[in-house]
Amino acid sequence: MTEQLPAITFYVLSFAALGGAVSMMATRNVVHAAFWLLEVMLATAGIYLLLSAEFLALVQVLVYAGAVAVLTLFVIMLTLRRREDAVRPYPVGWGSLALAALLTGIVLVAITRFEPTLAALPEAAPGVEAFGREMFSTWMLPFEIASLVLLVALVGAVWWAGGEDR
Amino acid sequence: MSPTLAIIIRLLAILILMLTNGVMMIYMLRKVLGHLHIRLGPVHVGPYGLLQTPMDVLKLLTKEDITPRAVDKWLFFLAPAVVAVPSLMAYAALPFGDGLAAVGLETGLLFTFAVLSIVPIGILMAGWASANKWSLLGGMRAAAQQIAYEVPLLLSVLPAVMIAGTMSLGGIVEAQSGTWLAVIPRWFITNPLLWPTFLIFAIAGLVELNQTPFDLSEGESEIVAGFASEYSAMKFGLMFLAEFSNQFVLSALGVTLFFGGWMLPWAPMSWYEAVPVLAPAVFITKTYIGIFVMMWIRGTFPRVRIDQLMDLGWKRLIPAALFLIVLTGVIHKVVV
Repeated sequence: MTEQLPAITFYVLSFAALGGAVSMMATRNVVHAAFWLLEVMLATAGIYLLLSAEFLALVQVLVYAGAVAVLTLFVIMLTLRRREDAVRPYPVGWGSLALAALLTGIVLVAITRFEPTLAALPEAAPGVEAFGREMFSTWMLPFEIASLVLLVALVGAVWWAGGEDR
Repeated sequence: MSPTLAIIIRLLAILILMLTNGVMMIYMLRKVLGHLHIRLGPVHVGPYGLLQTPMDVLKLLTKEDITPRAVDKWLFFLAPAVVAVPSLMAYAALPFGDGLAAVGLETGLLFTFAVLSIVPIGILMAGWASANKWSLLGGMRAAAQQIAYEVPLLLSVLPAVMIAGTMSLGGIVEAQSGTWLAVIPRWFITNPLLWPTFLIFAIAGLVELNQTPFDLSEGESEIVAGFASEYSAMKFGLMFLAEFSNQFVLSALGVTLFFGGWMLPWAPMSWYEAVPVLAPAVFITKTYIGIFVMMWIRGTFPRVRIDQLMDLGWKRLIPAALFLIVLTGVIHKVVV
């Protein structure tokens, strides 16, 4: 029973993530789609937690669910002129079906062909302190580059939105 | 005792704390605001009006639950739960005594902030689902406030984390034991380096709680009751329960981070071992003092405008919080 518990949790969370993603694509209401996206993010955080990646799970909740999803909802609700505009027609053509099938095929082939070389996993997941040390010593440069990229995006967005007097 | 049973007991304890806290705080709010306004507050039902709040709870429970026809049904039902559940989860990591938390998390501080960041999504959901322009405006204001002030709130606690060297709430309390020069308790609030940090924490915290003077999302003079306009009976009750419980959680976080958590000044550790209820009693008393100060602010200040609020958040508090992190880091490295 105790060994099965993570498996059950994993299946529940995976179902929540995949089902949420499908529902997000299937719903005609853009606001509902945004809430489904949020649900997918939370389910993914749960899977991270199951992998003992506590910090990653919390940051996923804080940044993706708490900030990115709120921003998405905010933008959707601000740009809707009327409430009825939230429900969009949903044209499904043969072209999109073919494209989806092609993509699924490629991903399927890639997954079955790909044989990753897994490094031996440590006995216990490292704590948040070890994670911090590793991140700010070994991975210092990539971390700084990533933050620089984000800064450039931020400044760009502000400049882009900067009204008449720029 | 089996571990499962222990977990269930802890969960029940938290649930009971959340519910009693709601009832307590409504009474306290009425009395405190009453006396601040130079009136008495509730006096008629029971001695000192003590039974007023239980009667109100009874009223909320038996009221008709109205669902307006135009609402988005699923989201309308879901929203009170999305507001209340994270609020309940946020109690999990709070240290009520030495090792006395529902879950002793290494990342307790981050956990509490992460679950609390879900609450505004519920508010936004309620605002949208109500199909009412005042509700939607309230929800949007809540979201804007949340995005703007989550950043300074998180950044503002980092200096305390840097000095304590841990993100576990229990560890942060332990780092505040002992005294400076054998007189002043080593609580973080007695460290002048952390005074501006505490100020930012207090302001950003009040904004995150939608507390007056920052309660723009339910400004009754402008947008009726904001996101809660269309809710009635226990759905409304649940939202307000969550709001009161969030106040408790944030006040408890403030106590943990800056006011020595469950410790009394100068009291030796043996006291807490001799009287096991001492630590939780001290912690809860300190938390309620924090809540009292919030109510005091609520009774004193007028509501701010949304553009003033956004200016303060993005242009003042975030740069100040970032500067304080660098300053604390440099001083901490040089001194220690």
